[in-house]
Amino acid sequence: MLADAMTVGFTATGLLFFLAGTAGIIRFPDTLSRLHALTKADNVGLGLLIAGLAFQAPDWQSLGKLALIWVMALIAAGTTAQLVARSAAVRQSRRTPPEAAPQGGREAP
Amino acid sequence: MTGYAATGFDLVLAALILATAGLAISVRDLFAAVVFFIVYGIFVALAWLRLGAIDVALTEAALGAGLTGVLLIGAVARLARNLVERRPEGSGEGGLLAAPPVSRAASPAARIPAMLGSAGISAVLGWAFLAQPADEGLRGPVAANLASSGVTNPVTAVLLNFRGWDTLLESVVLLAALTGVWALARDEDWGLRPGLRQHARAAGVLATFGRLLPPFGLLLGVYLVWVGASRPGGAFQGGTVLAAVWLLVMMAGLMAPPRVTSPRIRAVLIAGPLLFLAIGLAGALAGTFLALPPAVAKWVILLIESGLTLSIAATLALLVLGPPQSPATPAGHTRDRP
Repeated sequence: MLADAMTVGFTATGLLFFLAGTAGIIRFPDTLSRLHALTKADNVGLGLLIAGLAFQAPDWQSLGKLALIWVMALIAAGTTAQLVARSAAVRQSRRTPPEAAPQGGREAP
Repeated sequence: MTGYAATGFDLVLAALILATAGLAISVRDLFAAVVFFIVYGIFVALAWLRLGAIDVALTEAALGAGLTGVLLIGAVARLARNLVERRPEGSGEGGLLAAPPVSRAASPAARIPAMLGSAGISAVLGWAFLAQPADEGLRGPVAANLASSGVTNPVTAVLLNFRGWDTLLESVVLLAALTGVWALARDEDWGLRPGLRQHARAAGVLATFGRLLPPFGLLLGVYLVWVGASRPGGAFQGGTVLAAVWLLVMMAGLMAPPRVTSPRIRAVLIAGPLLFLAIGLAGALAGTFLALPPAVAKWVILLIESGLTLSIAATLALLVLGPPQSPATPAGHTRDRP
């Protein structure tokens, strides 16, 4: 009974983080802020989901697998975020060369 | 999940599948279309999971969404580079990033036959589905003969024993696809390494990730093949995971892709189908092509799966890398002048 309550509490909080992250992706103005919303909220959100599910794990092996999923997702999300951020930074610096291209506008072909 | 919760979940899932499928074919921005296609693949994998077809779900997630997604993203990137090349002089480097490839509206002459063709295929498939007698199909015969197949996972029993013929042809089709991709290489690039040169920094996050993940990836890939005998898994799922690991190592700049003329990589590519064919021919000598004697079926299946896994992993990874090209040549470049 207590385990079920913990599961509901943790997963509900986790879902809130996902909701906030999604809102951030849609509302935030630039790539870096959106990445921030995505990775921070998703990592914590997934962590809370997994913590909630851990109370339902039948044995230690399942618990280990759940933990491994979170760690793997954490590493993968962190790496991807770095790569996307770098690519966005490169793109930004190419778009605004010293002779100043029009801000945010796309070059006409 | 039971009752209303399950029905509600399934309805939402079905709606999401239809919505992402519609968006994947209707958005103009090609990159967005690929992203919707990947999301669609994930939802379809979930749907297979809900239907209890875990083998199909694994394959859909790994191949349908994962690997095909990477292939399509690569194709979009090549299209973008081709667009840049066709631009007049002086539009410069910025053009590469300023103009994402967009699918142009086709003329009605092209659109109407395509629509009619798709609608016809959908109608035939729907009719075929509705005309099916409401029985369990081949589930009964498979269950009755499972004991003599050498494995306890009915999907593996069908794929490698009862209908080994289909799987043999599938592995050959993969090989043919790779041959087709390699045939796109320019004459002077033949013998070079496939794919673009990777620009990963030696001490960057991707290089670290490329060193960190492979042990886990290798373990998972081998596990998926091994467990396929009794539970969901098998050569295609395991091979896809291994292909992803190999691609990651190459993209992280830790390992150069093999030259297409390397005898070693070619041996790996044909090992699986060749082994499968040889075992099939041995069966033919003993009576029936591809028949596995029940006494040794387990070990023969394991042998075939091991060979197939290696070949599938190598083929899929090389398919993603694309044809061989010199580092100086932009991807997808085809010469207009003689």
